Amino acid sequence: MNNILISLEIMVKGMAGIFVTILIIMLFVWLMGKFGNKE
Amino acid sequence: MSFLLDGLRALTWQQVVMYLVGIVLIWLAIKKDYEPSLLLPMGFGAILVNLPLSGVLDQTLQGGISTSGIIQWLFKIGIDASEAMPILLFIGIGAMIDFGPLLSNPLMFLFGAGAQFGIFAAILLASLFGFSLNDAASIGIIGAADGPTSILVSQILHSKYIGAIAVAAYSYMALVPIVQPFAIKLVTTKKERRIHMDYNPSSVSKKMRIVFPIAVTIIVGFVAPQSVALVGFLMFGNLIRECGVLGTMSDTAQNNLSNLITLLLGITISFSMRADQFVTVDTLIIMLIGLFAFVMDTIGGVLLAKFMNLFLKKKINPMVGGAGISAFPMSSRVIQKMAMEEDPTNIILMHAAGANVSGQIASVIAGGMVINLVTQFLK
Repeated sequence: MNNILISLEIMVKGMAGIFVTILIIMLFVWLMGKFGNKE
Repeated sequence: MSFLLDGLRALTWQQVVMYLVGIVLIWLAIKKDYEPSLLLPMGFGAILVNLPLSGVLDQTLQGGISTSGIIQWLFKIGIDASEAMPILLFIGIGAMIDFGPLLSNPLMFLFGAGAQFGIFAAILLASLFGFSLNDAASIGIIGAADGPTSILVSQILHSKYIGAIAVAAYSYMALVPIVQPFAIKLVTTKKERRIHMDYNPSSVSKKMRIVFPIAVTIIVGFVAPQSVALVGFLMFGNLIRECGVLGTMSDTAQNNLSNLITLLLGITISFSMRADQFVTVDTLIIMLIGLFAFVMDTIGGVLLAKFMNLFLKKKINPMVGGAGISAFPMSSRVIQKMAMEEDPTNIILMHAAGANVSGQIASVIAGGMVINLVTQFLK
């Protein structure tokens, strides 16, 4: 039972962590496109 | 002359099962063209390590003389001690990836994240089956749809199922053309699968292509430090490709390095396919959970696209979300084929390719996340 609760916590934290990381990368790409992509 | 029968006398029925497993893997590689570069060496290796008193494993001979086996040595040095083989393979993978379709359409980044859901759903299912946390997490990472990541994570977490996990990861990657259409049809309507998407890519400058791998390495390094080996080597390979001054090195990474490591990785991983470890009910359960992980990955990506469609004026074909898994470029091709089956004029390949390469990045981030989180709970 303990492992199942831990797995649920890993699911929530893991998915949140991946989305946050991806959103930061997207923000960087957007900023680069906005200010540094003039060729 | 009875010494000639020593091998035969030591034979177990589990080893005979492993010969059959090896032959099936070789058959899948040759006849069905399923990931032949990995499944063929693994299949042959499965036979090698399961021959009684096999010389490819460390043995103590009569008279107390110890011998070193080449496959056991390769495993010890190339995987157990440093995870060098799967990590080095990422240089080649990075050199093969063109992030252009993703950089020109950054919204596709999100599907790489959404399609990692299967990892965590599989960890939960493995826990329900009673696997220990480190084994459950290692089994779940099959859902990364990325062989080297699966091997690396299960090795770092000291899972005893690394052989079954590698076989499941590579087998299901090869079965993407069967697994994904099934999963997508479960959660989409015909009308949704017919949605057309405009493709108006913004241009991607050379500067952007060079800065991107460096920036991703730094960002991921801060957020998920355990991913650095994976992301770092993936992005190192990509930087070699995009810098424009290392053409021959890029070619070497894409071809010679990748082939050499893949060849050795396949036969090395067979060390963990010894009969006493592999022929168990757990292996069958792991194969089932692996299939579940791939299905849930696809469903996770598709449902994210459907959720986004609630807010978007220009609708996304939800199948593109399913391409957010790491199996590149197979997944994007499967999605395009499905789109054309519904409507021969529907071209969504570039969107799917963007989601697919995002899956490459997201799967290694997921690998690092799983290691970070699981090790916290193992304290």
